[in-house]
Amino acid sequence: MTDPTPGRPSTSNCCDGFSRSQAIRRVLASGKRPVAREWDPRMPVPAGVGIDRRQLLRGAAGGLLSVYGAGRLGLTNRVLGDGIARAAALQGPASPILVSVFLQGGVDSLALLGPAGDPTYQKLRPTLGVPATSGLSLREDPSLYWHPSASSFSQLHNAGRMTVIPGIGYTDPDMSHFTSRHYWEVGATDTELETGWLGRYLDVAGTPTNPFQGLSMDGQMNPTLASARNPVAAIDQPDNFSMYINGVWGDAFEWAMDSASALGDGQRHSHDPAIAQVAQAASEVGIVRRTLKPFVNSNGDPAYTSPVTYPNTGDSDFPQRLAGLAAMIAAGVPLRCVALTSDTQFDTHSSQVGTFDPGIKLATDSLAAFQSDLEARGLADRVLIHVWSEFGRRAQENGSDGTDHGAAGTGLLIGTRVAGGMLGEFPSLTSLDTNGNQVENVDYRGVYCSLLEQWFDQDAAAVIPSASSFPRYQLLGSGA
Amino acid sequence: MAHLSRSPIAQFGGRFTEAHACRLLWRAGFGPTPGQAAKLAARGLDGAVASLTRPAGRARLIGAAPHNDKGQALDPINTWGDDHCWWLDRMVRSNQQLIERMTLIWHSWFATSEEASNAQLMIRQNRMMRSHALGNFHQLLLDVTKDPAMLLWLNGSSNNKYSPNENYGREMLELFTLGADRGYDQDDVHQNARALTGWTNDWSQGSGPTNFHFDPTLHDDGVKTIFGQSGRFTWVDSCRLAVQHRTHPSFFVNKLWGYLIGTPIPGAEARALERAYVASGFEVRPIVEAILRHPLFYEGPRLVIPPVVFCAGMLRASRQTIVTTDWAWVASLTGQVLFQPPNVSGWNYADWLDTARWAGRLTAVNTALNKRTIDTNSVHYPSGETPSQAVANALRYWGNPTLSPGTRGNLEAFSRRVEHGITATWEVLRYRELRQNALRALIPMTPEWQTA
Repeated sequence: MTDPTPGRPSTSNCCDGFSRSQAIRRVLASGKRPVAREWDPRMPVPAGVGIDRRQLLRGAAGGLLSVYGAGRLGLTNRVLGDGIARAAALQGPASPILVSVFLQGGVDSLALLGPAGDPTYQKLRPTLGVPATSGLSLREDPSLYWHPSASSFSQLHNAGRMTVIPGIGYTDPDMSHFTSRHYWEVGATDTELETGWLGRYLDVAGTPTNPFQGLSMDGQMNPTLASARNPVAAIDQPDNFSMYINGVWGDAFEWAMDSASALGDGQRHSHDPAIAQVAQAASEVGIVRRTLKPFVNSNGDPAYTSPVTYPNTGDSDFPQRLAGLAAMIAAGVPLRCVALTSDTQFDTHSSQVGTFDPGIKLATDSLAAFQSDLEARGLADRVLIHVWSEFGRRAQENGSDGTDHGAAGTGLLIGTRVAGGMLGEFPSLTSLDTNGNQVENVDYRGVYCSLLEQWFDQDAAAVIPSASSFPRYQLLGSGA
Repeated sequence: MAHLSRSPIAQFGGRFTEAHACRLLWRAGFGPTPGQAAKLAARGLDGAVASLTRPAGRARLIGAAPHNDKGQALDPINTWGDDHCWWLDRMVRSNQQLIERMTLIWHSWFATSEEASNAQLMIRQNRMMRSHALGNFHQLLLDVTKDPAMLLWLNGSSNNKYSPNENYGREMLELFTLGADRGYDQDDVHQNARALTGWTNDWSQGSGPTNFHFDPTLHDDGVKTIFGQSGRFTWVDSCRLAVQHRTHPSFFVNKLWGYLIGTPIPGAEARALERAYVASGFEVRPIVEAILRHPLFYEGPRLVIPPVVFCAGMLRASRQTIVTTDWAWVASLTGQVLFQPPNVSGWNYADWLDTARWAGRLTAVNTALNKRTIDTNSVHYPSGETPSQAVANALRYWGNPTLSPGTRGNLEAFSRRVEHGITATWEVLRYRELRQNALRALIPMTPEWQTA
């Protein structure tokens, strides 16, 4: 049970699955303060009707942070300790980076890419499909057209920089945001798994001394990166991990923060576990501060510039987070897995056009700018972007100018080294499942296994449960 | 407490010092006000524990009423964040500190989030839990089971004979009374859910969920078999069967102990506490009293204080009350927003800190110091202050908390570093002002302050 119960009033085009805490999280992460009446509709519909909340949040356990820094950031071993040299030696300048981008809420993949001229499609989607006038046809299947707002994706695809997976999902799909998102985050259809698939990868392939190997750029831990052992980090933007003390500035502030970190350094191995927990956090704050210091100028503004122009909208810092990420990669911050979440909530149960069109435009333009940025800096061969959403949406649009939760959706891989083209096929619109949803033909766990094996040269069996039972796909180009 | 004094449960027998009283006030309350720990120590262990567990009459809120940044009274029902501040204020000002602390424990034990309901229903639940703070667990469970916010949170009011919903029936056993897989199976969960059918509510366009009530026509009045017993069980039977289950006493005692002491209960004493709990008819107070008198409470390792206790503790130590609703968004940064536990199993008391939440606590320190910052443009701070005097003055600001020699040494080293940084005449005064502001911020961030 996932959609709001018919007859119950709703004040939002998102379903109750999108809780107020999501909104609070984003607002706080952007450094703004919540304004009470603006975004507290006190929705009369209870959030989480029919959803087992325990399943939803268990995957959100964050890992801890630990020591890391890099010489090219102007940091010395004296400052950072012996852990750096070891960690730096383990990560070369050409090490691959995977960027996991979550388009939250369940993107309507049938509005993103659809057979605009197909009568069945037109009947299912009289108002919320790709218009026949789109003109952005897909090379591999000219009956498919991109939504006009996704023209950046069309360009990336045509340039061989993007693989389209139009029917990704899993058998016996769960239509709950929380449950399905959790499945994707943990890389298994298992409600009890408490580590993310990339977190488990870092547990087997990462180091105990480099928190930047798994970087969440959502301002809080992204469950995909939740590890059991090795440290990962959470920031918003590299220039946003700033702290202050009222009435303290200049050298005195730096010395005060040094003092707090030094206290942590000295007590992080205390035999008292509570002292050690506090001290470890204080110590790690010092490390993150020192590592990110080159990205902020004395005014608290970004100290880096981008070679390309990113979209700029007051509603979202998604493009700016990507710009910051490119700058961090360029500066040699030892990243391996990065996860970030779109600001747009694509849970378009009603008035879809007002959310989907600008949201997809922002997401696609931002990702295209990020790709151009990496290429301009000569870093593109190191980075692969994986774009996913928890599910697609119902084939038949609903009576509220929206679409309800579906099953198979569209996944994307972006980068200079991807195979390009189309993986799998566009799922039939005439043989939908019993819920009226499209049926998947590419398993997301098979994509995870293939990414681990081909991008990270990692045996997937050590990361993905039952890895051998999933198909493998050729994800990288022949030249890769 | 008489029957416990004859029991095999160990009691702390050493001299009850100010340091012990301080730990008691942090774990069974929200930290000492200046001088409070010394006064409590003077009452001895028995007197100190009784003053917390057996408060007389109604709670009094001491000090100025809370208000928002504009000086207006809080509006916890209608304004985002004011609900958090409303309860935080009680934590700061109530003269019945353990009652508030136990209410916080029940909030995490029966973790309910307002995401599923609204502030009005959450505050109603909060008052209910406070009324049972040191009362009877069986009665608390009955009231939680029919509590509107809980009925919405775990789908109790959509559990009916036509469409059973196992959510509450499962969590009641797994998280509230027995523990996962401790003497029940999926069939018990299913049958328990059937017994719990019948609660429902209406919906109004204006106010949302309303009129929570038991509707016999929605109740499955058939025979259920739960834990091997059969009958036409109702929600009342469901609660009774859960507390009477053989694994409930150990679950209860261990879970409650875990909120207050960081090491496990020695086995024999656990059995004795379980027996005492059952013999009392599921009373909470005697078990809490035994825990607060236990040697491990005073001699065991420290516990990280939860974020909301940290915030309330700073206000208490500096004799302040709520003058800003910034505390609500600060709470989110620290990882503990009242009425919004992360999930149905409550907050993870073993993991309160990482870099983001440490930074959040620093923001909380800034919030506590906001009105007290030494204004470096107008105030003339004593320019003759030595580095040691600066540390002593900052400690006095916070009620003279005890720090280890190493931590105090760290603060003094910082203080000297600032002193040595003075290179121009104009900096003499300015740096001493900056230094005092910095020291006041650093003290609550020390590992000693954040643990008890």
